[in-house]
Amino acid sequence: MPDTRALARPGGGLRLGRFRDLTLVPVIVVLLIAGSFVDPVFLTGGNLTNVLQQQSALALVVLAEALILIAGKFDLSLESTVGMAPAVSVMLVIPVSAGGFGLGVPGALAIPLCLLIGAAIGAFNGFLILRFQLSAFVVTLAMLIVVHGLQLGLTGGKSLFELPESFTYLGGASWFGLPAAVWITGILFAAGIAALGYFRAGRSLYAIGGNADAARAAGIRVERVVWVVFIVGGTLAALAGVLETGRLGGISANQGVGWIFMVFAAAVIGGVSMDGGKGTILGALTGVLVIGLVENILTLKGVPGEWKQLVYGGIILIALMISRLAGGRAQD
Amino acid sequence: MTSTELAVVEARGITKRFGPTVALDNAGICIRAGETHALVGRNGAGKSTLVSILTGLQRPDLGEVLFAGEPAPPLADRDAWRSRVACVYQRSTIIPALTVAENLFINRQTEGRLINWRGLRARAQAVLDQYGVAIDAGSQAGDLSIEQRQLVEIARALSFGARFIILDEPTAQLDGPAISRLFDRMRALREQGVTMMFISHHLEEVYEVCQTVTVFRDARHVVTSPVPQLPHDALVTAMTGEATASYEARVRKVPAKAPVVLAVSGLGLADRFREVDLKVRAGEIVGLAGSGSSGKVGLAESLVGLRRPDTGTITVNGVTPRPGDVPSALKAGLGFVPQDRHHQGFVPLLSIAENATIPIAHKLGRFGTISSARRRTTAAGMIERLDIKTTGPDQPVGDLSGGNAQKVVLARALADDPSALVVINPTAGVDIKAKRALLGSVEDAAARGAGAILVSDELDDLRICDRVLVMFHGRVTKELPRGWTDGELVAAMEGID
Repeated sequence: MPDTRALARPGGGLRLGRFRDLTLVPVIVVLLIAGSFVDPVFLTGGNLTNVLQQQSALALVVLAEALILIAGKFDLSLESTVGMAPAVSVMLVIPVSAGGFGLGVPGALAIPLCLLIGAAIGAFNGFLILRFQLSAFVVTLAMLIVVHGLQLGLTGGKSLFELPESFTYLGGASWFGLPAAVWITGILFAAGIAALGYFRAGRSLYAIGGNADAARAAGIRVERVVWVVFIVGGTLAALAGVLETGRLGGISANQGVGWIFMVFAAAVIGGVSMDGGKGTILGALTGVLVIGLVENILTLKGVPGEWKQLVYGGIILIALMISRLAGGRAQD
Repeated sequence: MTSTELAVVEARGITKRFGPTVALDNAGICIRAGETHALVGRNGAGKSTLVSILTGLQRPDLGEVLFAGEPAPPLADRDAWRSRVACVYQRSTIIPALTVAENLFINRQTEGRLINWRGLRARAQAVLDQYGVAIDAGSQAGDLSIEQRQLVEIARALSFGARFIILDEPTAQLDGPAISRLFDRMRALREQGVTMMFISHHLEEVYEVCQTVTVFRDARHVVTSPVPQLPHDALVTAMTGEATASYEARVRKVPAKAPVVLAVSGLGLADRFREVDLKVRAGEIVGLAGSGSSGKVGLAESLVGLRRPDTGTITVNGVTPRPGDVPSALKAGLGFVPQDRHHQGFVPLLSIAENATIPIAHKLGRFGTISSARRRTTAAGMIERLDIKTTGPDQPVGDLSGGNAQKVVLARALADDPSALVVINPTAGVDIKAKRALLGSVEDAAARGAGAILVSDELDDLRICDRVLVMFHGRVTKELPRGWTDGELVAAMEGID
């Protein structure tokens, strides 16, 4: 058995495994250096904090998508939840004159209601996918349209500006010198890293995404776990909507629209496999950082809006190639 | 069935239906402590269903399962089941992206809350060492060989404390030396008092490691007998329900002047094989034997263009196809049956007709169109020739049993009446009747004047060959003419001379 001997290097596998999470670190370093040449403002604390704040909402959706992808499923509808959950929860609170339903629900309930709507969308996705055995891709594609359509229909395509103060607080406040949104996102990522790294329930996502039958044979309640993951995903997307609303001070009819491409790009360049069972939350976080830094550099450089998309896509492809070369493994 | 007191596990009067199909019909098995009990039967005899019932994955419609005389625990109580019965399933339940340690302790990584990775690895290493498995617990499971994965599965199964383990076709994907290592391990486990149920399509394995054998046929229990009291022929009869002798290779004479249809000279590919020369004449079947690392499969795949050799030339019918190009090899008159039929052999959702006629699609219509009527007729002929059990040419290949699906793959290989045929492990995972039909078709092709190369891990398959080339560490080291003994061939495969 020659291959047994080859595998008997103690520790080799584990060290390699740790590195695989961090294949984007060189890319981030390159971006930081490149950015400092582009504009002296780039490397200041203020600008980097700004990058983090701008990306915090997107990062939460990436966290949600990473969890779902690792469990071997798919959710495209998250981007619509980012817009629809805050819009509807706010409309339940504000008067008719401001574009609401005029139900007089207390303003303090707006955020809990928003998270609840997100959770409900996730639960419904999970219901369709698990009970009806439908493809996650098609179900959530339809839900992407349905959820966004609901927002358009209810708001009449208008933006909402008169928001309850409690709702915008999180997106704008600053705690201990950093935006509250950055704290919240950071803490949730830390929780995600811990859960998927050190808790049985979190590890079960890898087992399910890697081989659902094997997970079932090992006594994991596959359906229940996947359902919970969809609900958590929807809730995180709704929270992302809250942060984004607070940051921008209003809810436009297009909030969240088109995010899903960036979300997938961040997750995949961060090493999360589209086939499930592979990748880490830390990796997904490095993916978000790359995207955020690229966006910031393009803005500082004053790249015209029409060209941004092209540069953006190109840089994502380059990041993919670099992480592939550094990681040494075929990406799926 | 003798005294129940000694039975580690007993299934009585089990009936299980899936829709209109009866998978088990009042069947049972009784396995006594310390024995290695073989369960044999053709595909569809109900073996797999019995395994899922004995391991608590499915509930029987009727009947009961007893462990040491006690009724089985409720289905939801997985831990109780796993402390009574362990199983190495036919399909791997190892998750490649995780480490060996985590695979061993999946869903029980920790007693408390946080996972202690260092401790988990140490525990895993202890389990591996306990069962003498020389694998680093920290390595990625995906990097392991099939044999190593299986050892991890066995160690995991036993680590739950069960003293009864089911091995569902553990030898199907292993090569000769790995199988004998597995058998050594099984004997060692038996000495430690572990009871085993062993499922295999290879009857000689039953005689090698088992003490008792139970035969299922058409969802029913047919016979249970001590192995020495059930000779090979009687066992085959019990399985097939008809008296049949084992496959008799036909007598064939290859004229010395027959043209060479496939010639290879100086062929080499990186670290797989080197300096291979061989010639196959029309009407001749040449066997290729060797262990899993001998390079025989790599060589065969190079012949058909699935791999591109680094050195040397391949000539088919005097033409040299472009190296590493399958269409060009097919055009030169080659047909082949790939190693893994699920992977490379067929498209499961497409019909038999479509699968079998892919290489000759251009002959079934003009200007890129395909006449479905002609395709059906062609396929119907193939179904008849190869005796494929099906509802008709439109049935998707994915719905067929393993043996019949393999016949479709062979039909595809023979579709264009190739002058050279390369067949890799054609009988892997197929039952005894299908095996005969498949080998018979290869012999038919030779009788029609094709030259064939047959790569196989099964000594029995190689009996139809006019000569067998043995590969060892990437070189052809020996040529055995017809009439070799098992001992001779195995010695050559192991490199013992």
